[in-house]
Amino acid sequence: MTKDRMWALQALALCLAALSVLTGCERSQATPPPQEDELVVFAAASLREVFTAMGRDFERAHPGVKVTFHFAGTQGLRTQLEHGAAADVFASADQRHMDELVAASRASAPVVLARNEPVLVVATEAAGQIHGLADLPSATRLVVGSPEVPIGRYTQQILERAAARFGADFRARVEARIVSRELNVRQVLAKVSLGEAEAGFVYRTDVRAAEDRVSLVAIPAELNVLAEYPIAVVTGAAHPGLARAWLDLVLSADGARALERAGFLAPERRGEP
Amino acid sequence: MSALRLRAERGLVSAVGGVLVAFLALPVLALVLGIGADDFRAGLRHPLVWPALRLSLLTTTVSLVVVVVLGTPLAWSLARAKGPLARAVETAVQLPIVIPPAVAGVALLLAFGRRGWLAGWLYPEGYGVTFTTTAVVIAEVFVSAPFFVQAATSAFRRIDPTLLVVARSFGAAPLRVLLRIALPLAAPGLAAGAAMSWARSLGEFGATLMFAGNLEGRTQTLPLAIYTALESDTRAAQALSIVLVVVAFALLLVVRAILRRSTERQDVLP
Repeated sequence: MTKDRMWALQALALCLAALSVLTGCERSQATPPPQEDELVVFAAASLREVFTAMGRDFERAHPGVKVTFHFAGTQGLRTQLEHGAAADVFASADQRHMDELVAASRASAPVVLARNEPVLVVATEAAGQIHGLADLPSATRLVVGSPEVPIGRYTQQILERAAARFGADFRARVEARIVSRELNVRQVLAKVSLGEAEAGFVYRTDVRAAEDRVSLVAIPAELNVLAEYPIAVVTGAAHPGLARAWLDLVLSADGARALERAGFLAPERRGEP
Repeated sequence: MSALRLRAERGLVSAVGGVLVAFLALPVLALVLGIGADDFRAGLRHPLVWPALRLSLLTTTVSLVVVVVLGTPLAWSLARAKGPLARAVETAVQLPIVIPPAVAGVALLLAFGRRGWLAGWLYPEGYGVTFTTTAVVIAEVFVSAPFFVQAATSAFRRIDPTLLVVARSFGAAPLRVLLRIALPLAAPGLAAGAAMSWARSLGEFGATLMFAGNLEGRTQTLPLAIYTALESDTRAAQALSIVLVVVAFALLLVVRAILRRSTERQDVLP
């Protein structure tokens, strides 16, 4: 009998635990914790190193404030923000995702904080054969970003521009060598740095993570397409004051220097609002 | 114990189970019902759908055959063996379950990739398995085999050992004992394990992306197509996910039907 009762109690406890988990989830979604001493920054994965360093400076300049980062692919961050994620600042690796958030009134007045330059990375095994865009059609294994992700779109644009110089069928000849269309730029870099692929297109800032395993080939400026990184305060941010202060830091001379050290290019002056 | 008490306890058990059913079913329902018929039809017309579905069915079928053909003898040996070595092997073959799939992909590259341990031996001519449909199958076998081996081992363990001893004492050779007695008796457990393992390889994403890449018609399975579509068009991704859920649901129903029939037949047999 006591065994039965104990068992029933255990079942009840399990039931309650399950219920509390369910209701707990609801509560945390309905009311974001109103902490005035925190700044939540959603930023594209490529900004991880430079933003983390800036975050330490920011915390030093604002005692008692904690900066929380969420680094991920821009598309994923945008989806989270569309579903009401509680962020104060959003830094995108792609103008398009920012534009769509602005159109959905989830962010306002974006400013370009930096630009990133697509480059060609070549595996050490293939460094002797691939010296530039013109050598790509003779490669056997190329990886690029999927056209759905920014680096893949830039790659397509670069290949189209290159067609003007290397012949109308240049893009088709290069695409015939593509063995994989990766879903983010780090996957492209991983495939090349592991020697699986001979070459791929990534951003200059990504190469820092694999400098000893790949060689970098710059793309001629007239054929290249630069990625613009816009940053904005998220609409309805819980900490708008800190969010503005973060934008000021990123756009300051110190911020520009840190971004430049990480391999980013300064934003185009005339393009700024 | 009173009838009322009995009914109350039964009700409590159902209620607890119901919480889990709701928890598991709600997201799937939200996925299926959260899209209009027009969006769904548009999603089905997405150019990524059919090549990916075809490739998924092909690769998961091949990997299932590999898993069953190689996994059944292993499970039989593990179920029969005693001692620390067998336990260590049993634990080791479960490890792919806990390794995050993307890490599993990296591990596969380090073992079978162009610079991997077996590179010079496997590919003397410079041929590589990465970025091929074979690589998709390898990734699927790696992540799904543990599920089958686990289920098959416990199915073999549940067989009454006296049956096997009797068969042996009547002069049946070990292979005959396995094929004619152990396999039919363990069939329902094996089929359930095969279904689990197949479902795991159908949903496989991380290891495939890392080891096989993502190219339409060659390595882009349904989950990879879903993720690719998710980057541009959430509704297309949702439509693709529904296709995946429906295909998996239909095939699991078929397996359950086969299972039920085979257990019924077994009840008749002895």
